[in-house]
Amino acid sequence: MTTGAWWGVLPAAGVLLGVALAAAALAGLLDPAGGSTLARRAGRPVWETARLLRQRRRGVVAADTLLWRLGLAGPLVVALLMVVVVPLGDRVAADLPVGVVWFNAMDVLLWAAVWLAGWGSNSAYGLVGGYRFLAQALGYELPLMFALTAPAVAAGSLRIADVVAAQRELWFVVWMPVAFLVFLGAVLAFSMSGPFAYPDGRDVAGGVLTEPSGVDRLILLAGRYALLAAGAATAVALFLGGGSGPLLPAWLWSLVKTLAVVAALVALRGRVPVLRADRVMRVAWLGALPATLAQVLAVAMLAVGRG
Amino acid sequence: MAVVAFVVLAFVAVASGVAVFTVDSMARATFALALSFVAVGGELLLLDLGYLGVVTVLMMVMEMALMAVFMVMFMMNPAGLMPMSMLHNRRGSLAVSVGVFVVLAAGSVFVPWPTRRGEPPADPTRALGEAIMGSKMLVMMAVSAVLFATMVAALVLATARGRYDRADSPERP
Amino acid sequence: MTLPMFLLLASALFSVGLYGALSQQAVVMVMMGLELMINGVTVAAAALWWFLAPQQPDGQVLVLVVIAAMTVEMAMGFAVVTLLFRSSDADMTDMAGELRG
Repeated sequence: MTTGAWWGVLPAAGVLLGVALAAAALAGLLDPAGGSTLARRAGRPVWETARLLRQRRRGVVAADTLLWRLGLAGPLVVALLMVVVVPLGDRVAADLPVGVVWFNAMDVLLWAAVWLAGWGSNSAYGLVGGYRFLAQALGYELPLMFALTAPAVAAGSLRIADVVAAQRELWFVVWMPVAFLVFLGAVLAFSMSGPFAYPDGRDVAGGVLTEPSGVDRLILLAGRYALLAAGAATAVALFLGGGSGPLLPAWLWSLVKTLAVVAALVALRGRVPVLRADRVMRVAWLGALPATLAQVLAVAMLAVGRG
Repeated sequence: MAVVAFVVLAFVAVASGVAVFTVDSMARATFALALSFVAVGGELLLLDLGYLGVVTVLMMVMEMALMAVFMVMFMMNPAGLMPMSMLHNRRGSLAVSVGVFVVLAAGSVFVPWPTRRGEPPADPTRALGEAIMGSKMLVMMAVSAVLFATMVAALVLATARGRYDRADSPERP
Repeated sequence: MTLPMFLLLASALFSVGLYGALSQQAVVMVMMGLELMINGVTVAAAALWWFLAPQQPDGQVLVLVVIAAMTVEMAMGFAVVTLLFRSSDADMTDMAGELRG
């Protein structure tokens, strides 16, 4: 595993944006309302970007602009900070010894960011969206924490590179499938999509997406796809063996697996109904949390047994 | 380099701590405190405490996001659009806190601190993990009992409903 | 970096927090002051560990205990504020005088 200089962050950012763009293109492709021909649908993120870049920003009376901008930039920045600790093949921008905890801390930053994006706009729907995200976050966060614990326990290290190395013989998804599924669910939840598209739901006129326009909206939308991409990249590193695979170079395997996970998430997203936050809470605390705890127990016993 | 980082982070931590009690908007006050915690997490990273620094950021940002909800709920003027003073005994508390600062600062500068014993471990996170699973296990067991008691007590105090009276149960009017 | 620098930072955070806890009227703002004071304690504990006895893990364990204490303070604080508000419509420290002798 090699760590480059600070500019090693730049390729990570480029790959992140590339995967996010691919996810947005696939989402456009799968949405029949996007246009009549497939090419037009797939090109939707590009047209949408061009449209939002030209759009003039709307203002709201007495908006807290400082906090609003912080909240809007939040998801994109958080996604970037997540991927700097995730190895692409055998390269990683910042090889932190506590990478797993770092990922978790970054996703907690979203609690603040999304609430601020709702609060700062000084709009009732926006604020409802922000509160909805907090309510939903209370549900998904603990299962996510324990799902992250399982690979760390199995690898005996909090460094993501060590977790990848520990999967040389057997991918972690094989012996911790529950943690893997819960992790993917949490990725959907913190990127506010699929069954967890509640903070930006249509029933509250878009929630946190109600007021942002122009570049602001572009950055928030890009942040959502970037979070999806960052979550998928982390899932590949923690559960799907990172860059291991035959023939192809390691970085390409990482990329291919990440794209596959992103595609699965995007395809799933449009096919499930949105859950209300109290139902998310019930599923998370009565179903996912005990299941992940049992998973961690099983993994810990296996890890102790192997010595 | 480390000294520059220390000074910058210390300035951010204290300045945002002061901002907590001077800004009008409660959302700004809450997230100023969160910024102060993030800066302190950075200071812990300077001391090679990777795990504790990141965990401080994790816990405190989460707490402050929830704190914001309660601030908006309980304060009369959460957005600070109509500035008002909600202070009592200003002069007294200023005197007390300046006095405490002088005493503490004098103590930290003039006390002859002993020299360092031993070298830091190669991996402080591992040292911490082995301590709380070994020699210091009793501490963590006590903490876990306290945390469990807190969860139960806080729920009992805060909820107005009983165990089977759920918000979405059909019997509720 | 030296130990007095860190302790000065800790004292500054502690004092600012103390000012807030003493001067604010709203219960939630008093809690913010307490949080800031505990923040100072975290810095002091970590610095004492690093500069005095880095070989023993006691300082690190103390930081963990401090973080746990902070969460307990938050949870109980919110629970008590909620109860206080529900029972007597009070959200200010001056309005809650039940325990006055």
